[in-house]
Amino acid sequence: MWDYIKLAVLGLVVVVAAIAASLARDLPYLVHMLVIMLASAITFFWIIRRVGEPALVENPNEYMDGPIRFGVIATAFWGVVGFLVGVVIAFQLAWPELNFQWAEGYLNFGRLRPLHTSAVIFAFGGNALIASAFYVVQRTSAARLWGGGLSWFVFWGYQVFIVMAATGYVLGSTQGNEYAEPEWLTDLWLTIVWVAFLLVFMGTIIKRREPHIYVANWFYMAFIVTVAMLHIVNNLAIPVSAFGSRSVPVWSGVQSAMIQWWYGHNAVGFFLTAGFLGMMYYFIPKQAERPVYSYKLSIMHFWALIFLYIWAGPHHLHYTALPDWAQTLGMTFSIMLWMPSWGGMINGLMTLSGAWDKLRTDPIIRMMVVAVGFYGMATFEGPMMSIKAVNSLSHYTDWTIGHVHSGALGWNGMITFGMLYYLVPRLWQRERLYSLRLVSWHFWLATIGIVLYAASMWVTGIMEGLMWREVDAQGFLVNSFADTVAAKFPMYVVRGLGGTLFLLGAIIMCYNLWKTVTSTAERSPARAAGAVPAE
Amino acid sequence: MGLLDHHKKIETHATLLLVLSFLVVTIGGIVQIVPLFYLDNTIEKVEGMRPYAPLELAGREIYVREGCYTCHSQMIRPMRDEVERYGHYSLAAESMYDHPFQWGSKRTGPDLARLGGRYSDDWHVQHMMDPRAVVPESIMPSYGFMMNRVLTREDAEHVRDIMSVYRLLGHPYTDEMMENAVSDFFAQVDEFGDPVADRYPGAQQRNFDGQPELTEMDAIIAYMQMLGTLVDFDTFVPDPSR
Repeated sequence: MWDYIKLAVLGLVVVVAAIAASLARDLPYLVHMLVIMLASAITFFWIIRRVGEPALVENPNEYMDGPIRFGVIATAFWGVVGFLVGVVIAFQLAWPELNFQWAEGYLNFGRLRPLHTSAVIFAFGGNALIASAFYVVQRTSAARLWGGGLSWFVFWGYQVFIVMAATGYVLGSTQGNEYAEPEWLTDLWLTIVWVAFLLVFMGTIIKRREPHIYVANWFYMAFIVTVAMLHIVNNLAIPVSAFGSRSVPVWSGVQSAMIQWWYGHNAVGFFLTAGFLGMMYYFIPKQAERPVYSYKLSIMHFWALIFLYIWAGPHHLHYTALPDWAQTLGMTFSIMLWMPSWGGMINGLMTLSGAWDKLRTDPIIRMMVVAVGFYGMATFEGPMMSIKAVNSLSHYTDWTIGHVHSGALGWNGMITFGMLYYLVPRLWQRERLYSLRLVSWHFWLATIGIVLYAASMWVTGIMEGLMWREVDAQGFLVNSFADTVAAKFPMYVVRGLGGTLFLLGAIIMCYNLWKTVTSTAERSPARAAGAVPAE
Repeated sequence: MGLLDHHKKIETHATLLLVLSFLVVTIGGIVQIVPLFYLDNTIEKVEGMRPYAPLELAGREIYVREGCYTCHSQMIRPMRDEVERYGHYSLAAESMYDHPFQWGSKRTGPDLARLGGRYSDDWHVQHMMDPRAVVPESIMPSYGFMMNRVLTREDAEHVRDIMSVYRLLGHPYTDEMMENAVSDFFAQVDEFGDPVADRYPGAQQRNFDGQPELTEMDAIIAYMQMLGTLVDFDTFVPDPSR
């Protein structure tokens, strides 16, 4: 019966999407409708081929790892795509000829930049978060994922969101809010998927067999619910037509600026920090085989972190037309935020007490520790840059870009790589990773890449900030804007090289993980003997 | 640490943990965002601000579509060098008709808040076709394709639909403006056409790209030439306590 309802709904979606596609007023909308139609049609046939077959028996005593395996593959795939686009746009800034004339209307920097930021944050980071949340919540709750096939919907639904967002960017569908570029249709779809994600996660926690909810899950939970709130409020918009991709966001001017950076900074604070701290709180103790350093510290820094982060948005708007009181509030809270951020760093690093020797022998733990190190560095640099006097120099410059990347490449990237190296042998029942030597190569390529990236951006950022404000003895500006652009060229090449090294490391990782699955010995069945496989 | 012992109640109760985390994360946003909608001095009272004319709005749509905000800010800060380089610092009132704001966060290229009137239309055409022809150091991509994209009546109607959503959101587009939206769209590139400035004070009306057809290049230049030109700064009095 349930199958027939699903088929009816999917069939209806296919028809509605086909009609909407034929009425489309613009190309992005047409493409999006075709994507929806195709995705629904594939699901329709996938279900119809199984109608009447005996239903698969779910073993409630076994973890549900299918969507996690797919999530791991998607994380690695989108990671490489996102890094590659990043390398391309980095070199576009060094050599503008790379904005090819034949692709002018599609592959110019302005369209690829949102593609890069969304691919790394939402596709790479998002898949890593969803997969790891599903893994961690099952292991720490001793319960199978709640909701039957709903976790599959979350995974595939999220991939459809990524494809819609990415095609939209290249075809020029954007609402013009940084990190919230997708238009109303894509936003609506993401909202549905996200609510399903929250349901699966909460459902699993509610049926847990452990009395306490593990600290990693507090962070995942705060991340999911806060991102839902931010996404909905910042993306409130009125579509211009039901058959067009364009909408008008309801907020304007100074209010839209405040709401955008309340969203934007907490995309960092909750997507890239709270969620990834959840990852840290599970995978570092596991890999180090040590308990979390301090339970009390984790309580204090959790509540302080989620309370303070939300206030930090206005530091993106220092000295702008945002009223001063809001700027001052934003600065004050950003500085306070330093403390709970380092609370998390200390809790992560000190978990290695008594296991520091593993840094020499285990390249995976080395990656995780360097990730936490970069987290600490970026969360010191951030509060410093939010001080108005510092911000007057750093704002609008490459320094911000360097800061973001030491967080994104160093913290989010490295902890995700560590997680992937941890997960793949376990999810595919392999004895070990294919090669620890290649993990070491990855580690050093990535680390050197990040150092080149951050260092070159500090140089260009501070240099251009100083060049812009330089006046001579008569009080005239010394440099034209074009002078500062020309002066940055060598550092733009260095930055591109740093990104290339980081990309190369990720490709080595993909090879290593592939070989782990295909050509290492299977784990001896002794461990798996306890549970009867449900398949 | 007696207080922390009570945390057991929260961390053994999933719904309680969810509700409490949600309440904790709402506070900052409420305190910082809500007052901006009712404090009188959030948006200065100035002379001269008006909603976008149809062709200017079409230009703004292109500006957003091409992601210009990823490299250009439209927000001059009140520092000596910025005021010297770009002009009077930006006011909140100047972006009150922007959905969403386009203040930007990065200056890979210069600030554009007061670009209007700085360069000739010809310069803009040359610059958009081949930025390095006029600024050798520039790393901006070229946007020559805009010369070939002719805007039709359908595009004008699309802009009118956007205007009606703006109106729904409370922007002062009058019935007269709405009725004439499509004709104003085409009139703005015709020096001898119906004067658009009657409805949109200060609107510039001429053939911006020098071609007989109305193209995307006309629209983007019409937008760039009006940026930052509306407010009458002779009558502007800054509020010291803002």
